[in-house]
Amino acid sequence: MFPSRKTSEMRVVVDLNRCQGYAQCCYAAPESFELRGAEILVYDPAPSAEHRGRIERAAQSCPVRAITVQADEPAAGAGR
Amino acid sequence: MTSARIPRADEDARVVVVGASLAGLRGAESLRLAGHRGPLTIVGDEPHLPYDRPPLSKHVIAGEMAPDATTLPHRLDLDAAWRLGAGAAGLDRQARTIVLLDGERLPYDRLLIATGARARPWHDEAEGTLEGVFTLRGRDDAAALRAALAAAPKRVLIVGGGFIGCEVASVCRDLGLPVTLVDPLPAPLAKVLGLAVSGFLRDWIAAAGVEVRSNTGLRSLDGRDGRVVGATLDDGSTIAADVVVVALGAVPNTGWLEGSGLALESGALVCDGHARVRAQDDGLHPEIRAAGDVALWPHPLYDGRMVRLEHWGNAVAQGEYAGRALALGDGDRPAFAGMPEFWSNQFGVTIKLAGLTEGADSLAVVQGSLKDKRFLAVYGRAGRTVAALSVDCARWLPAYAEAIAAKAPFPPIANALDQPSRLGTLDPSWPTPPPEVSARG
Amino acid sequence: MADPTLFAQIKDPANRADPYPLYARLRGHPVLRQDDDSYLVSSHAAIRALLFDPRISSADLPPAHSPATGNPFKDWILRPIKDEIVTRHRPLIFRDPPDHDALRRIVMTQFTPERVHGMKARTQSLVDELLDRRRGGDAICVVEDLAYPLPVTVICEMLGVPPEDEPTFQGWATQLATALEPDARHDEETQKQTRTTFDAISAYMKDLIKEKRARPVDDMLSGLAAETPAGRMGDFDLIATAILLLVAGHETTVNLIANGMLTLLRHPDELERLRRDPERAPRLIEECLRYEPPVHFRTRKALCDIPVAGTVIPEGAAVALLFAAANRDPDRFTDPDRFDPDRADNQHFGFGGSLHYCLGAPLARIEAEIALVTLARRLKAPRLLDDPPPYRDGASLRGPKTLRVAIDGLV
Repeated sequence: MFPSRKTSEMRVVVDLNRCQGYAQCCYAAPESFELRGAEILVYDPAPSAEHRGRIERAAQSCPVRAITVQADEPAAGAGR
Repeated sequence: MTSARIPRADEDARVVVVGASLAGLRGAESLRLAGHRGPLTIVGDEPHLPYDRPPLSKHVIAGEMAPDATTLPHRLDLDAAWRLGAGAAGLDRQARTIVLLDGERLPYDRLLIATGARARPWHDEAEGTLEGVFTLRGRDDAAALRAALAAAPKRVLIVGGGFIGCEVASVCRDLGLPVTLVDPLPAPLAKVLGLAVSGFLRDWIAAAGVEVRSNTGLRSLDGRDGRVVGATLDDGSTIAADVVVVALGAVPNTGWLEGSGLALESGALVCDGHARVRAQDDGLHPEIRAAGDVALWPHPLYDGRMVRLEHWGNAVAQGEYAGRALALGDGDRPAFAGMPEFWSNQFGVTIKLAGLTEGADSLAVVQGSLKDKRFLAVYGRAGRTVAALSVDCARWLPAYAEAIAAKAPFPPIANALDQPSRLGTLDPSWPTPPPEVSARG
Repeated sequence: MADPTLFAQIKDPANRADPYPLYARLRGHPVLRQDDDSYLVSSHAAIRALLFDPRISSADLPPAHSPATGNPFKDWILRPIKDEIVTRHRPLIFRDPPDHDALRRIVMTQFTPERVHGMKARTQSLVDELLDRRRGGDAICVVEDLAYPLPVTVICEMLGVPPEDEPTFQGWATQLATALEPDARHDEETQKQTRTTFDAISAYMKDLIKEKRARPVDDMLSGLAAETPAGRMGDFDLIATAILLLVAGHETTVNLIANGMLTLLRHPDELERLRRDPERAPRLIEECLRYEPPVHFRTRKALCDIPVAGTVIPEGAAVALLFAAANRDPDRFTDPDRFDPDRADNQHFGFGGSLHYCLGAPLARIEAEIALVTLARRLKAPRLLDDPPPYRDGASLRGPKTLRVAIDGLV
């Protein structure tokens, strides 16, 4: 369902302690978030960049603000 | 204890984070968000950037999520130097230097230790390394177990009825695999939830088709030609299985700190309430903080009892606390008091726990009912509310978490919705400790 | 000294255009008793605590023969109807768990992401059609020309109400929404009208449900009339639910769109940014939900004495949760009176919260986004003609009666 996507440019994590199953993310981005049973939220932690708008809507519409999104793939750089 | 405080970090202070983990990542982010601009190095023993563990025992081993999809988002550009795949070999706290496995020396002015924990291995190394025997902690473990489950094993044997064991059992049933769960306690999850609740869970788990063998230790894992073929129980009976998952909990990753002079207790790094690590001579190292599964610290909500929490939420909150303290200094920052909270998804429900059940002497089901698989139960200790358990009742949990934080009397909320008119109080019924099966070796 | 008449002032239409200074005074006493023994709750922390407190009930429906409660929905719509209906015919907004949850779960099996997404294209064409009617004009009324007609058509299509009946529904929805206001006038004429409306819509729904059972199609009512994965709804519950979806989804959405556009017209830079970048809409809408929410307060009842924010709300007290006041709480939001779509951690109460969190929120978001983005794109040089605009009477369902905008034409 949520395959490895080397071309993905997004990363998502949901604080499932905070999540209370309002399912607003499932409406905003149904291909990336799914509620199973009453409260089990299953989500794609590496959604394809083409869904950027929907993922943004999911994060914005979360009533408990449990969704963290990074729009660009994290990189292990050399830093300073 | 003024001497144990540190001031705001100098602009060019070198910060090293050991542990490319959730706690390490959130700590590093907080350090940056707090305005520290100096050099930052993050060290990890795995070759991966920090990744999320909760999906590993659920969607990754179920095959619906790729292992490498779990890389965690970063909240900002960390501008960090990553040392991945080498790991720390030692700490020279006098020279304020980390030594890596590849020999590199990393001097630091401030240090965050977030090396987490690793799966407790099977006590017999020869048996534990048979082909088909797995532990589940890291991304690579999950990938290996996924491959084994995808190969349609004839039976999966799970050793240990904790949360990981139960989640793996749940996935196996979803995949249609025959599964046996062996646990020395009378019911799965009994150690954390008590028998009054876990007795019901045992029935659900059994109803889902898991063969639950409670009150039973394992004498041995049995192999043939280097491959596991099953196990022998304490009573001498045997179970044939071609995949064995050893789920006996985790031990802190502190081997690299042996000889460093830092205080370790049962392998955990001893800290004060401000995440400052303690030296064996009892002095504090305010320039070294620890966060996440590796740390043992006094929890102010529980009268300063020393706790080590292997919780996602604790890694986040304590990592953030430590990162801010390292960047901004201590000032009047109060001790870390994050509410212990975790969740588990298994057998179609979400289980959430707030607070700590340890030592609870009473239990009340305050919403819903156990038989409906939808309830909220509260644990009390000496007349005080200490924990709340939600099964598919997450929206009521915050009220009870607040009661726990306020050290409210037990039971905390009466005359409420969806509640029996008279709240019956039960004995949580803690199992007597089983003979040591897991901690040998 | 706390003012025991603040709620009366909030409900006074003279304060409708800008109730926020009153809310600021209220927050000085986050839990405040009023002369009528009701309690006003206005801080973010106290509302949050009460929303998640299982000692707060939404089901304070009186027995059939009890004295009037002052709540017109209960007194003038439900009470006079025969006992059987009074005990059984209750929309889930006025129910508690476990039956609230059971009903809601059934509704959710039909209010699916697929169905909501399925309304997007239709909503866009509706918005464009409605605006096209003003082509060639030099002004539009955002309420009458767009915000008002849109939600009823959308919910009717989702439910499966035949298009020819939509105008009738529009009238019913307006009538019932007005009656739902806690501060609605209930003179004899209004009561009679409301009862007639309720009888008419109930009878209509009963027939429609029968029709959906006989010839089910792919719409919400057909789905709800059948066995769902979460169980089956009784006929009384089904009628109540259908009416609720119509009424609750109507004026709230009107307000969201109208308040949103009013806010954008007062912040022309944001309107311009939205025109250039429609992807800004989600943040804008969440901030509108905080800054000018469609529903300013909801009432609940205390099942027993509840300590909150240093006060004890006594058993049986009516409790008004002032969402709109909490949304401007400086203890929760930095610079709360500033409209700032870029604010982080915007955890507002624009759709309420906890068990009764607005069921239609995803649909409302889609309608608001399409309406606001289209208005931003199509209105040439929009100028607000009345500031403040005239408001409808409701203090809870608060929104402009008209929102006239001068334009140089339509794109």
